[in-house]
Amino acid sequence: MDISITKGLGMISKSLIAEFETLLGKENVLSDETDRQSYSFDAAVLEFVTPALVVFPTNTEQLGQIVKKCYDEGLQITVRGAGSNLSGGTIPDSENTVVIATGKLNKILEINEEDLYAVVEPGVVTAQFASQVAAKGLFYPPDPGSQTISTLGGNIAENAGGLRGLKYGVTKDYVLGLEFYDFEGELVKSGARTVKCVTGYNLAGMMIGSEGTLGVISKAILKLIPPPKASKAMMAVFDDVQKASEAVAGIIAAHVLPCTLEFLDHATINYVEEDKKIGLPKDADALLLIEVDGHLGQVADEAVIVEKVLKECGATDIHVAQNEEEKAKIWAGRRNALPALARLRPTTVLEDATVPRSKIPAMVKALNEIAKKYNVQMGTFGHAGDGNLHPTILCDRRDHEEFVRVEAAVDEIFNVALALNGTLSGEHGIGTAKAKWMEKETSRGTIMFSRRLRKALDPKGLFNTQKMVGI
Amino acid sequence: MTDMEQLRQSLLKIDDNLASCMRCGNCQAVCPVFAQTHREADVARGKIVLLQNLAYELIKDPKGVEERLTRCLLCGACQANCSTGVKTLDIFVEARIALTQYLKLSPLKKLIFQSLLTHPKLFSNALKTGSVFQGLILRKQKNAQHTATAPLLKPFLGGRYVPTLPSKQLTQKYGVLTGDNTKQYNVIFYPGCMSEKIYTQIGDAVLKILRHYKVGVIMPDDFSCCGLPALASGDKIGYDTLVKNNIKVFERIDPENSANYIVSACPSCTETLHKWWTQLSENYSEKEKEKLKAISVKAIDMHTFLYDILKVDTTNAKAKDNAKVITYHDSCHLKKSLGVAKEVRELMKLNENYILKEMAESDKCCGCGGSFTLTQPELSEAIGNRKWQNIVNTGADEVVAACPACMMQIADMLGRHHTNMKIRHSLEILAESLD
Repeated sequence: MDISITKGLGMISKSLIAEFETLLGKENVLSDETDRQSYSFDAAVLEFVTPALVVFPTNTEQLGQIVKKCYDEGLQITVRGAGSNLSGGTIPDSENTVVIATGKLNKILEINEEDLYAVVEPGVVTAQFASQVAAKGLFYPPDPGSQTISTLGGNIAENAGGLRGLKYGVTKDYVLGLEFYDFEGELVKSGARTVKCVTGYNLAGMMIGSEGTLGVISKAILKLIPPPKASKAMMAVFDDVQKASEAVAGIIAAHVLPCTLEFLDHATINYVEEDKKIGLPKDADALLLIEVDGHLGQVADEAVIVEKVLKECGATDIHVAQNEEEKAKIWAGRRNALPALARLRPTTVLEDATVPRSKIPAMVKALNEIAKKYNVQMGTFGHAGDGNLHPTILCDRRDHEEFVRVEAAVDEIFNVALALNGTLSGEHGIGTAKAKWMEKETSRGTIMFSRRLRKALDPKGLFNTQKMVGI
Repeated sequence: MTDMEQLRQSLLKIDDNLASCMRCGNCQAVCPVFAQTHREADVARGKIVLLQNLAYELIKDPKGVEERLTRCLLCGACQANCSTGVKTLDIFVEARIALTQYLKLSPLKKLIFQSLLTHPKLFSNALKTGSVFQGLILRKQKNAQHTATAPLLKPFLGGRYVPTLPSKQLTQKYGVLTGDNTKQYNVIFYPGCMSEKIYTQIGDAVLKILRHYKVGVIMPDDFSCCGLPALASGDKIGYDTLVKNNIKVFERIDPENSANYIVSACPSCTETLHKWWTQLSENYSEKEKEKLKAISVKAIDMHTFLYDILKVDTTNAKAKDNAKVITYHDSCHLKKSLGVAKEVRELMKLNENYILKEMAESDKCCGCGGSFTLTQPELSEAIGNRKWQNIVNTGADEVVAACPACMMQIADMLGRHHTNMKIRHSLEILAESLD
């Protein structure tokens, strides 16, 4: 196994550890090698790097104090929520990195039912937040795949997406305001508890998706919306992925925005069916799982339109859920997609190259060719409505020869996505995993501009140094 | 081969299991220890990485890894929730065995697992003596749980509220039971240490229920501990001795021919007989392996036996108007490992004097985890407090569990909070309604 672990305490002195312990309490500073090694990874398939220290602030003011101390000492800073990142954004940069773990900053400070917003600390878990919001009769739509563990701070730093992106947007569409600490440990405030706010630069917007490279988020004001009153789910079977893709375009051309419009390819359908035996059609070339929501009347109307489009586009079978149980059954297929794939082999490389909707057939065709060319096991599923596919390669990282082929296949996936006017990452972020591709998708100027921005806001280059564009 | 090399080799044996973790971190959502500490090393993903690092010599501190491994209740929530099906319980048990072989067992645990538990008569006598003299050490509390505190034993027990010992152990009370050929069903009753020696009322309930449903009972008086406490501490030597003691008893009572099932009211025992005994029998003789396979097939939870095999009918069961409210805690080994949850609830309905009100997080671990409660008292108490809160939030009159270890932990929590609420086994509720 080619995992390199750096050892030792790096530049951290015993007296500095003691200072952190005084600031945060002994139980909130982890300096033991065993504990530090358990912060050397996240959910990305990348090399491990053990940090110098892991600290747990228990109030947001401490975030500023920690940043200042790290900056004074020249220590790199990686902020970590749940560590569910799929692009390496929470893997420390070096053995001189201090990991700031936000797990204990998990207070929901306010859910305002009159003005439809909430104020949260960065370590609040997404699904727990969504369920607290739902208990008050409101709705927070962003639902990244890792929502049962992911933190809102992490979601903001990565601009996390999810299944509901097409209709409801992604995390950035729900951030009204942010507070964060800059490199000097000064508190910066941007946005407000209002829908409109043009007071100053849109610094909150700058922080969204900044992957921990510009400052440390300490508080967020999030927009809430009234929940839809009704919903309807259906599954459509296609014998040709091209037809499925036409159906996706057709639904949107008919001016229906489903809240979820998911896609499973032939390989994924078969892996799920073999694993779970839930009655998916194994000879299908593609499945679309669709849910429309809104007012009762609207749902009924839209369901009819969707069904019509599906038929016109040649769906060989359409199944509309008649009750909650059938709805759950339809979604079981999608929910089991990644687990079924991941169970096949030890290592799961989950990509999220995204293309314009109309390019889905071309992308799926290319993915199948890539799998064949590099002789890798691959299944593809994802969010068809927004072109955000998840080609998933199953392999064994311990098999060096195989993993070289996997890496080559991943490179080619990016090439194809960019050739189809797509993007490297729909929702997983750039991190270190895709940093080398940034310039190819954007431009030299973009990289230089980003670096100058970073340099101004992080003169010593200590915030998540190697992530995204470097500094 | 050096000891360290041996340790690495044992860990490499479970390398495929370790490698199947994709480090998604979903175990964080359900781990009771992580909920308290938010530390990666406390959740399955972190522990798995540490074990991999130990196997691949990236970390040279087996003691440090062992300390992190013991911060786990073996509740199996991570395994039940794992989308990729990582066998975390297998990993943690095998790793504890490997690490204990390397680090050696503590003298106290060695005394308990290898000298006391392995000699059932000695163990029984020790507790019989304890029962007589417990008044000298225990300070009985006037609470609904009938627990006591033990100020003199504070170094071992802390501020715990512990159960008092019964005047007579179960097999003392009933003698050896040898079954009844005239009955359609005969079962071997494996009471487990808790129902035999501490909560004998659970044994009373099981025997009453079986008599009511006309089931013949075989109950020897020389079963040993199932071995789970030793196993959880990684003590394969003590564990093997206990299992082999039990094999001898089972050879004598011959479950293949004498009984339809082996039942227990302790899900930890059932799980051990059913799963671990066969799974960890690699180095046993063929004859022993055969026996363990036969036991594994027949070992089921008492509720399963009643509901699925005897098909006890609960369709018309209905609580009286003025029924007392009970709330039910799902034991980890019963729900997550054996998949038994609905059965218990259905069977309790047969007692019309009670009506069930579900607590929040009913299947979240109570914090006992066997010796976890002794080695990690603060964590155990913090996790237990969350359970206590969920219990009292229901406003129920009584709390029910289907596992004696959970009962002990919950009784302790109720005692500490001076909550005057009874804790009983679900089979006690059922038995009370039968003639």
